[in-house]
Amino acid sequence: MATLPTTRDEDWRYADPDWLAAADPVALGQWRELAVPAGETLRETLTVGEGAERIRVHVGRDARFEIFAINAAGPYARAEVEVTLGEGAHFEFGGVTLGGGEKRQEFVTRVLHAHPNATSNQVVRAVQWGRAVGNFLGRIEVARDAQKTDAAQNFRAILLEKGASANTKPELEIFADDVKCAHGAAIGALDQAAAFYMAARGIPPEAARKLLIRAFVADAFSAIDDAGLRGDMLEQALAALDEEVV
Amino acid sequence: MLKIENLHAEIDGKKILNGLTLSVGAGEVHAIMGPNGAGKSTLSYVLGGRPGYEVTEGSVTFQPSPVRASTDSGRTVDLLSLEPHERAASGLFLGFQYPVEIPGVSFAQFLREALNAQRKGRGEEALSGGEFLKLAREKAGLLRLDMEMLKRPVNVGFSGGEKKRAEMVQMGILDPSFAVLDETDSGLDIDALRIVGEGINSIMRRPDKAVLLITHYQRLLDYVKPDVVHVLAKGRIVKSGGPELALQLEEEGYEAVV
Repeated sequence: MATLPTTRDEDWRYADPDWLAAADPVALGQWRELAVPAGETLRETLTVGEGAERIRVHVGRDARFEIFAINAAGPYARAEVEVTLGEGAHFEFGGVTLGGGEKRQEFVTRVLHAHPNATSNQVVRAVQWGRAVGNFLGRIEVARDAQKTDAAQNFRAILLEKGASANTKPELEIFADDVKCAHGAAIGALDQAAAFYMAARGIPPEAARKLLIRAFVADAFSAIDDAGLRGDMLEQALAALDEEVV
Repeated sequence: MLKIENLHAEIDGKKILNGLTLSVGAGEVHAIMGPNGAGKSTLSYVLGGRPGYEVTEGSVTFQPSPVRASTDSGRTVDLLSLEPHERAASGLFLGFQYPVEIPGVSFAQFLREALNAQRKGRGEEALSGGEFLKLAREKAGLLRLDMEMLKRPVNVGFSGGEKKRAEMVQMGILDPSFAVLDETDSGLDIDALRIVGEGINSIMRRPDKAVLLITHYQRLLDYVKPDVVHVLAKGRIVKSGGPELALQLEEEGYEAVV
């Protein structure tokens, strides 16, 4: 990267401008490169740290790449995942941002459906409080001959306190005509009707809040077929909450 | 057991309850009937403590069964001063007209959390997983609800009738001294109505318990025989009588009676 990006660049629009201005262009230009050979499966888990982390993955024919990430770091923590899918390949992404204070946490994904019959599924959940910000920028590009692509993207954020915020920007570039691309996003507070229902059954507000947040965060890891790992990821994510909220 | 005096309540500045007075003794079942917009659901939410329902005047005192709670035993509680979850722990149960769906939280987990929170609030030991399952199986059997449903997320994908039966299973497990049941009969077919009616009798028809049944129709009262029937209109009780009042309402309509 010859010059530093700025927040005027689309992929960096929600980034921390001060952090970006002080970043090292060489370090920022580096990517961790991974390749999943044809027919194989690779699963990564990622605990995002302060700063920017970038992963570029080539997923071979009929191969599968899964990555599940927890982003509870700050003051600025960003994980970028760029995936190129071969024919019949699958990409699965589950990410959670959790943070308060002035933390700014984000996931940026670019999924290139370069060949036919590939599928991708991305689920991102954000839980923010204080004046924190949770972001998800997800770009999906479908090449001209990548027919029968099936790509899905879902983002939901819960803002526990006034002052917290979340941004999302799904970006779909589709050049094939026989594809399915779905995306959904919702940003809101904890479900008050559910909280009262729980209270009416005797569950105190803090416990109700914990149960609701747990269920919300669990969505991001529901695609992990290993129950042990699924549970560990959930507990690790929720541990970021316990210290500061509830 | 429950004494409501001159209760006034409003939502967003709109007055809904206008001096409602009502007293339900231990061992009694009272039915509240009334036209749409009379304030029936508001009454149940005010008793449950739902945020947004503001009491501007009046009082509600509650005397839970003596079997309950070292803390509340035989003592009179100022219900309106308690948080919603404390009201539940003191022995109040609110059956919802529209039970809320909670994706991602299983019924079993939800109920066990609720029961143990209530027990903790009363200074009792938590129930173990095995003890809880035994209790849940017994109450689900009573309402003929498949135990498998308790593994599913709370109310998600339940039919209207299943939701109402699940409400009664919850009531059975939580074992309250006083239940306010808001249109528990709506959305039930004839068989489900009978099962729910029998469930209410078996769980709540005790000398140390009482029920306030809020309903539009007389039909649930065929199964759960009320001791007193009240007519609620414009936010207050305008008429009270025996079970025959419900039949009269059914025949003549509210306008004729009120």
